[in-house]
Amino acid sequence: MNDKNQKPSIWKSIRTGLIFLIVAVILAYGFEITKIDLEELRSEQRQQSLIRVTRALAQPDIFEYEKETQTFTAPVYVTCPTGGAVIAEPDTSGPYAIVTPECAEPGETVTVEGFNFFPNSTGPVRFVPGNDPTNVVELGNETALADADGHFVATLVLPNRPSEDVQFIRATMSRNVGAPKFTQTAHDTWEKIIETVFLALLATILGTLLAIPLSFIAARNLMKSVRSPLASISLSTLGWPIGIAVGILVVRMVANFTEPFTSNILVNLVSVVLIPVILTFAIRWALPQDDVASPPLGLQIARLGVLFLSALVGFFWMYQLAGLFMNVGESSTALLGSFAFLGRFLIQLGDILIVTTPVLGALAAGGVFSNFLGRIGQRASEKLNEGTVKTLNLIASAAAGATVLGLLGWLVEWLYQIGRPAYTQTGPIVVGAVLGLLLAIFTKAKDTLPTGLVIYYVTRTILNTLRSVEALVMAIVFVIAVGIGPFAGVMALGLHTIVSLAKLYSEQVESIQAGPLEAITATGANRLQTIVYAVVPQIVPPYISYTMYRWDINVRMSTIIGFVGGGGIGFLLQQNINLLNYRAASAQMIAIAVVVSIMDYVSSVMREKAV
Amino acid sequence: MLQVKNLTKIYDGGVKALDNVTFDVPKGQFLAVIGLSGSGKSTLLRCINRLIDPTAGQILWDGDDITTATPEEMRRIRRKIGMVFQHFNLVHRSKVITNVLAGRLGYVNPAWSLLNRFPKEDMSKALKQLERVGIADKAHQRADELSGGQQQRVGIARALMQDPNMILADEPVASLDPVLAHSIMKHLEEINKNDGVTVLCSLHFLDLVHRYADRVIALNQGQLVFEGLPSEIDDKKFKDIYGRDAERVG
Ligand SMILES: Nc1ncnc2c1ncn2[C@@H]1O[C@H](COP(=O)(O)OP(=O)(O)OP(=O)(O)O)[C@@H](O)[C@H]1O
Ligand SMILES: [Mg+2]
Repeated sequence: MNDKNQKPSIWKSIRTGLIFLIVAVILAYGFEITKIDLEELRSEQRQQSLIRVTRALAQPDIFEYEKETQTFTAPVYVTCPTGGAVIAEPDTSGPYAIVTPECAEPGETVTVEGFNFFPNSTGPVRFVPGNDPTNVVELGNETALADADGHFVATLVLPNRPSEDVQFIRATMSRNVGAPKFTQTAHDTWEKIIETVFLALLATILGTLLAIPLSFIAARNLMKSVRSPLASISLSTLGWPIGIAVGILVVRMVANFTEPFTSNILVNLVSVVLIPVILTFAIRWALPQDDVASPPLGLQIARLGVLFLSALVGFFWMYQLAGLFMNVGESSTALLGSFAFLGRFLIQLGDILIVTTPVLGALAAGGVFSNFLGRIGQRASEKLNEGTVKTLNLIASAAAGATVLGLLGWLVEWLYQIGRPAYTQTGPIVVGAVLGLLLAIFTKAKDTLPTGLVIYYVTRTILNTLRSVEALVMAIVFVIAVGIGPFAGVMALGLHTIVSLAKLYSEQVESIQAGPLEAITATGANRLQTIVYAVVPQIVPPYISYTMYRWDINVRMSTIIGFVGGGGIGFLLQQNINLLNYRAASAQMIAIAVVVSIMDYVSSVMREKAV
Repeated sequence: MLQVKNLTKIYDGGVKALDNVTFDVPKGQFLAVIGLSGSGKSTLLRCINRLIDPTAGQILWDGDDITTATPEEMRRIRRKIGMVFQHFNLVHRSKVITNVLAGRLGYVNPAWSLLNRFPKEDMSKALKQLERVGIADKAHQRADELSGGQQQRVGIARALMQDPNMILADEPVASLDPVLAHSIMKHLEEINKNDGVTVLCSLHFLDLVHRYADRVIALNQGQLVFEGLPSEIDDKKFKDIYGRDAERVG
């Protein structure tokens, strides 16, 4: 190996040369397409606008003062009139100015001397053409600065406006009074920066909550050992759509039943308070803490019934809670004054509850049905004889395949409106059934399949695909979907948070110590118990630190997500840049810098505390 | 009564860790499992509570076939088999009392235990077990703040919480000093004698075997090479178990 490397070889040199050439070409092409051009930077026009922008950026539009202004309009003759200029003595009780000489030719310089102005005031001294002292047109750009006695001397070149009549020179001297005040820009910036921070906060919280369960599914060490027989897989697959349908139906019934009771705050209050108490007792009875011996069948069925009723009552409770929120919110908005946002928040919460309850119900019912049918499948393939299990496998697997592909076909039809049922309905159903049959034929009746690994790979693939889409691009998509504004930003950042955190979290789960996992499994704990008692304690510190890290990123992202319409301060910044309003843009950039560094500091402190 | 019949385990890589192993353990016996490192002791113990699925063979326990048990049955079997590990396998960031309570997970309703709710009897039972192994005062400390010997006591208390009929101990004293080793072994002995719990314990030191075991089985490259009383291990048997070049020190 070694002496082969040391031998000089013509091929090696050629290869080195080729690599060098390729790198050079790539660099040159890169320069070409990124338009690197230093000449451009040095051009006169660029330089000037650069200076202008830099100066504007150095003076952020944050503070302003209340101003006090004094004006005095002094007469002057441009071209001395025949017979000499006659100028009345000014009133010296207030501020006044004297022009010397009182007449001159265009292009000549005159001196303007002011007295009795506010001390240290400043302002323009300009020529007012025409013989109207109230004319608003002014020429020239001289400024004067008064001394502590309110006295100033300015020189002015007379413009080419010769006239027989008297004309004027006006001094407009102003000074700042009182304490500095925030400008309108500062107020707008503040409002938007708050929006930005909350956008980041909501996205982080939502993302974290959803990423945690996903991270367990995407962890190889937890999923590797999950295997189930085909009958169980097929039946639990069938359980999802059935359960979801049943769930939606049931929740809708509960909603209809609840409808008449929701408008009355008193009813709301009583049911919101009483139902949890009743439910606690019911659930205590239906789910005894001990699981030492199997209870008799009758008792088991009774308990299941009570659990089902509890679920119904639980949904009723959620609707009542939503009603309570909305009623309280509506009646309090008027009373709360500047805290009306609390009332609006309650109304929003109620709305969210009403929207999410059917979804929760559908998902819960789907999960329960899937779990229940899956167990039946498991039991069947454990207890029944080979032939029966094979038949069950054939039927269930074909049905599951047909259902899954049929639903996919329905989705495709809904998306693309193909209108050819052979392709989107009968076709997929037949293909699904055949695939299911094939799977059932080629697996031994009682063999277990690696469900866990399949779920793991599917989840990983989806996560990796979504993660490769930039949050900004997601924001554009959501802006199209839900309209311009912070909601689109929250959705985009939230989704991106879910996928990237799920990935980071799951890597932590994969690197935990296996010993405690083994020990807890050995006590007879089931999978969920093992996760709660052996996995969760080990991953809390890294989860917190990754969440803080993500919070950091989200604050940063939320400042620019407005560039594509996702709400937050970016929207304002982009607008001001486009309007060439650089002083305002500068204020917003400073706000971003301050917020990002504060968040950075806070998160680093919290991370230190957590670990 | 535990019956192991023709047990074979071949790992995915092709390593034959157990090769047609057959033996019985009567109820209440203290059985030592000895053998060189890599001879298959850990594999054997883990096959008995199905932390590892055996490739072939049968394990019968009080008539139930462990090798074909369904997940639901496995939960009921495992909760009667306590396990003690060489590296203790405590959950470091949890409190001692939580680690001990985890021994009840096979008995409590999963839904409640997920909320960290245990029946009151279990709480007092956990404290009693900690008292029994002599570290009641450590109950509310974090597990990783304890010394090795204390951690192994927590491990034993966790196994005791299971009201076990059998304890599998995989080199329970290999990471402890000799004095601690004896105190831990005494705890196991006391549980074995007083509660009538069957103990299967893999050990590296023959003096411990002589002192505590009722009976010994020895493994060499996955095969059962000796079965009998500790006193029956003479120099010839020793060389069969540990190889030609082994020197007897214990
Ligand atoms: N998960 C595994 N995958 C593949 N091979 C394994 C695995 N676990 C153990 N082995 C192999 O099986 C054989 C028996 O290992 P085992 O851990 O049972 O030995 P042991 O007697 O407990 O050794 P020690 O005294 O060092 O703990 C060894 O050759 C080991 O390399
Ligand atoms: Mg071992």
